[in-house]
Amino acid sequence: MAEISDLLAAHESKSLLRFLMCGSVDDGKSTLIGRLLYETQALYADQLAALEDDSRRAGTQDGELDFALLTDGLAAEREQGITIDVAYRHFSTEHRHFIVADAPGHEQYTRNMVTGASTADCAVILIDARLGVSRQTRRHSYLVALLGIEHVVVAVNKMDTVDYSDERFAEIQRAYADVMARIEFRGETTCIPVSALHGTNVLKRSAETPWYEGPMLMEYLEGVEVESSAIASPVRMPIQWVNRASSDFRGFAGTIVAGALAPGDEIVAAPSESRSRVQRIVGPDGDLQRAIAGQAVTVTLTDEIDCSRGDVIATPAEPPTVSDQLQATIVWMHEEPMLRGRNYLMRIGETTVGATVSPLKYKLNVDSLEHVAATRLQLNEIGRCDLELSRPVAFDPYRINRDTGAFILIDRITNETVGAGLIEFALRRSQNIRWQAVTVDRAARSTALSQTPCVLWLTGLSGAGKSTIANRVEAELHRRGHHTYLLDGDNVRHGLNRDLGFTDADRVENIRRVAEVSRLMLDAGLIVIVSFISPFRSERQMARRLFDEGQFLEVFIDTPLAVAEERDTKGLYRKARSGQLANFTGIDSPYEPPDDPEIRLDTTSQTVEESVGAVIGALEERELVPRG
Amino acid sequence: MSHQTDRLSHLERLEAESIHIMREVAAEAEKPVMLYSIGKDSAVMLDLAMRAFAPAKPPFPLLHVDTTWKFRDMYEMRDRLPGELGVDLLVYVNEEGVRQGVNPFDHGSEVHTDVMKTQALKQALDKHGFDVAFGGARRDEERSRAKERIFSFRTPQHAWDPKNQRPELWRLFNARKRKGESIRVFPLSNWTELDVWLYIYAHEIPIVPLYLAAERPVVERDGTLIMVDDDRFRFADGEHPRMRKVRFRTLGCYPLTGAVESDAEDLAGVIREMLLTTSSERQGRVIDHDSAASMERKKREGYF
Ligand SMILES: Nc1nc2c(ncn2[C@@H]2O[C@H](COP(=O)(O)OP(=O)(O)O)[C@@H](O)[C@H]2O)c(=O)[nH]1
Repeated sequence: MAEISDLLAAHESKSLLRFLMCGSVDDGKSTLIGRLLYETQALYADQLAALEDDSRRAGTQDGELDFALLTDGLAAEREQGITIDVAYRHFSTEHRHFIVADAPGHEQYTRNMVTGASTADCAVILIDARLGVSRQTRRHSYLVALLGIEHVVVAVNKMDTVDYSDERFAEIQRAYADVMARIEFRGETTCIPVSALHGTNVLKRSAETPWYEGPMLMEYLEGVEVESSAIASPVRMPIQWVNRASSDFRGFAGTIVAGALAPGDEIVAAPSESRSRVQRIVGPDGDLQRAIAGQAVTVTLTDEIDCSRGDVIATPAEPPTVSDQLQATIVWMHEEPMLRGRNYLMRIGETTVGATVSPLKYKLNVDSLEHVAATRLQLNEIGRCDLELSRPVAFDPYRINRDTGAFILIDRITNETVGAGLIEFALRRSQNIRWQAVTVDRAARSTALSQTPCVLWLTGLSGAGKSTIANRVEAELHRRGHHTYLLDGDNVRHGLNRDLGFTDADRVENIRRVAEVSRLMLDAGLIVIVSFISPFRSERQMARRLFDEGQFLEVFIDTPLAVAEERDTKGLYRKARSGQLANFTGIDSPYEPPDDPEIRLDTTSQTVEESVGAVIGALEERELVPRG
Repeated sequence: MSHQTDRLSHLERLEAESIHIMREVAAEAEKPVMLYSIGKDSAVMLDLAMRAFAPAKPPFPLLHVDTTWKFRDMYEMRDRLPGELGVDLLVYVNEEGVRQGVNPFDHGSEVHTDVMKTQALKQALDKHGFDVAFGGARRDEERSRAKERIFSFRTPQHAWDPKNQRPELWRLFNARKRKGESIRVFPLSNWTELDVWLYIYAHEIPIVPLYLAAERPVVERDGTLIMVDDDRFRFADGEHPRMRKVRFRTLGCYPLTGAVESDAEDLAGVIREMLLTTSSERQGRVIDHDSAASMERKKREGYF
C-alpha cells in the first residue's frame, strides 16, 4: 500500500472529465455505463449485491451480471410520472475522475440531452453494430454539435453480434463521417469497436479485434484533452456577489469562466464599461498570483468603480458584446409552447432580464436539418429567433464561449425553466428602434388635457358584464369632463385584429396589440378603458409591464362561469357547448383569474351602478381623477 | 499560491463548483440557512462556506436540528466549532416530541426520525422563515439520488413535488420561487465519499473523533455494532457492552448508527481503509455506507 501522501498527491492531480452518454433504447447504453462503473470499481457493496440479485432474478445474462439493471431505477420512476432529465454517475481511474451524464433517450430526449450536454466536454455516441447509423444517431450527433461539444467518441457496440467484422466497422465509420460532414462538425471524432456486454475494447484491448489499432474506450476518455482552450480564451468573469467584508474591502466574487487573471491586469466591467486594474485575487486558499478558468475567486480592484452582480469582468482588449437585441437558437423545454410576443425572464450569466420573443425565423427539422416555417415552438423543438431585452447585457456568441453565450428562459408566472438558448450574434439595429426623445411628451399632453392618464383593464369571462360596466364607466368619466377612450374586444377584433383567431397564439398577439395601442393612447394623455376577456395571466402581466407603477389598474369582473353562461347574452355559450364554436373561454379554453387585481367586482351581489361606483371610487382614491 | 499548471484538479473543480452554488444562493435567496448535522459532509460544507465568502463571514447562519440523541462527541463539536469560526448557530428541538417522550428505543427509528428530524426541520424552517436551506447530500450516496437536482424545490408544505423540478443547464441556476415555496440546495451533489475524505485530509478540516477508530463500548444487534454512548441506552436481557475498536462512517442518532471494526486511528488510515475496501470485496460497507434511515429500510427488506 502506497503512502497516504503519495495517494493523496495522485488523487489531487487527477483531472475531471464530464461526458455525456447518448444512445437510443437498446443500443446498450445502460450496459456500457454499468460496465464502466463495475470495471472501475465504482460500485458499492449494496449496489453490487442488489445487482447480483436482480441479475439472478431477471435471468437475462445466464448467471452473469446484467449491467443494464444498474440504471433501471430510472424506468420505475418514469412510470410514476417523475420527471427525470439526467442521471449523473461517478467513477475514477488512476488519472481521472469521471462524471457521466446519462440522459434517458426517450420522448424527452432533446430536453434531456441538451441538459446533459450543457455541462459535458465530451460525448460518447453509441451505435448498434447491426443497425448502423440510425436516425437517432444523426439527432444525437446534431445536438452534441449544437451544444458545442468538441470531442465525440463513437462506440460501435455489440461487435460480438457481427463477428467482430472489420468491414462492418469500417462501413459504419464511413457512414458516420458523412453524418458529421453534413452537420459541419468542427471537432474531433473517434470510432471504437466495442462490446459492452463482453467488455471488448472498453478497458482492455481485445484479441477479437486484431485489426483495430486505435485507443480503448477508457484510454480515450482518460486521454482526451478538454481544458486548455478555455484558459486561452478572452477573460470572462461574471460577478455573482459583491463581498463587503469590511469598510476597506470591496471584492467581486465569481467564477472565472474563461481566460486567466493576475493582479495588475487591466480590466473592464461590461456593460458599464468602467475600467480598473486587478488589485488582489482571493482564492479559496488565500491570495493568488494567477487565477484560471474554472476557479471561483474574489477580485478586488484598484479603483472604486460602479459594478455589481451580473456585470462581466473582461479585458479591455477583448471585451464581450453589449446589446439589448440578439439572435439565438432556442431549445424549447416545456409543454406550454413558446409564443411570439410573449415576455419571458432571461437568465444569462449572473443577470436576469426581461426578454421578448419576436416571430420565429424558422424551426429546425432535426432529421433533415431543413428550416421549417413556424409560429410557435413546442416541447423538444429547436428554432431560431430574435430576442429583445429589457436592458443591454454583456454576452458572447455561444460558439466562442459556452458560459457567456448561453441562457435559459423562465416563465414569469410559474418560474419554471421553459427554454434553453444559444446566442448566435448581437443585432445592431438597437439604435434604430429607440424611442425618439420628443419635446411634447406625455406630461405635456396630460397637462393640456388637465387629467392624469391611466388604463383600466377589465378582464373576465364572456358575458361577465365587462362591456356594460366599461360603457357606464366611460359615460361617467365623460360627464365629469375627462378625455377617455374605450377599447372593446369585439370592436377591435373587427378592425385592427381582424387577422387573428382564437388559438392561444392569436390570443397572445391580440392582447399584445391592444396593450400597445393602450400605451400609445396613454401617451396621448387619455384615460383608456380596455374591455377584453384577456384570459391569460401572463398576457395581462405583459400589458401591465408596459406601464409605470400605478398607471395600470386591473379590474376583475368576477362572474362565475355558471352565471355568465346562464345570462348568455350573445348566445355564444350555447354555440360553444354544442361544438359550433371552438376555443371558447371557460368552455374549452382556460380562463386564468387575476391573483391580485386592483379592483374586483362581484356582479352577482352588486348592481351595475354599484360596480361603476366602485371603479370610479378606486380612481378617486388613487387621485387619478378628482372627487366628483 | 498560483496556477502555473494550466489545469485544475478534480477536487479544485468540485470546490469551485460548490463555492459557485453557495454564492448563487447568497445572491438570490431572501433568507438562507445551512443545515449543520455535525457530520463529515457538514464539516466540508461549512469549510467551503468559509472559503466562499472570505474575508467576510458566510451571510447565513447554521441550523442544527437536534434530535437530542446525537453522540456526545457531536455535541462537543457543535458547541465549540461554529463559535470559533465566528458563524451563528441555531439549534432547534421539536419540544412537542420531547414532551411526548419520543425516542428511538420505544418508538423505533422511523417514528423517532420523522418526529425529531423531519418534522422538526419543517418547524424550524417555518419558525425562522428560511427560504433556502443548504444540505450536504451527495449524488453518489444511493443510486436513486443520481438524478437529483442541485436546486430542489419544495411546496409551502415542504413537500417535494417531482413534477415541479427544473432542468439545470450550464452554470445557470433558476432559483426563482413563489411566496411560501422553499428550496433545498445541495452544493456537494457532485462529490463522492472519497472526495470528501480527501478534502478533509488535504485541508485539515476538524471532524468528530468518532470517525477515527478507538476502543468503544458496543453491543451487537442483528449484526450491527451499536455504541453505548450514555446511560439512556436500553439493554436487552443479558446484553452487555463490550469494548471493541470501532469507527463510524456516518453519524446520526447514536442508538441508530452502526459502527465498523477498524484500526484506522487517523485520517490517513481511514482513507487507506476506504481505498482498500474499494478495491476488494467491500465487505462492511453494506451497513455503514448508507444513512440510518436506509439501514432501516434494508432491514425491512430482509437484508439482515
Ligand atoms: N450482444 C450484445 N448485446 C448487448 C451489448 N450491449 C448491450 N447488449 C444488450 O442489448 C440490450 C439492451 O441493452 P441496454 O444496456 O439495456 O440498452 P439501453 O436501452 O441503451 O440502455 C440488452 O439485452 C443488453 O444485454 C453487446 O455489446 N453485445
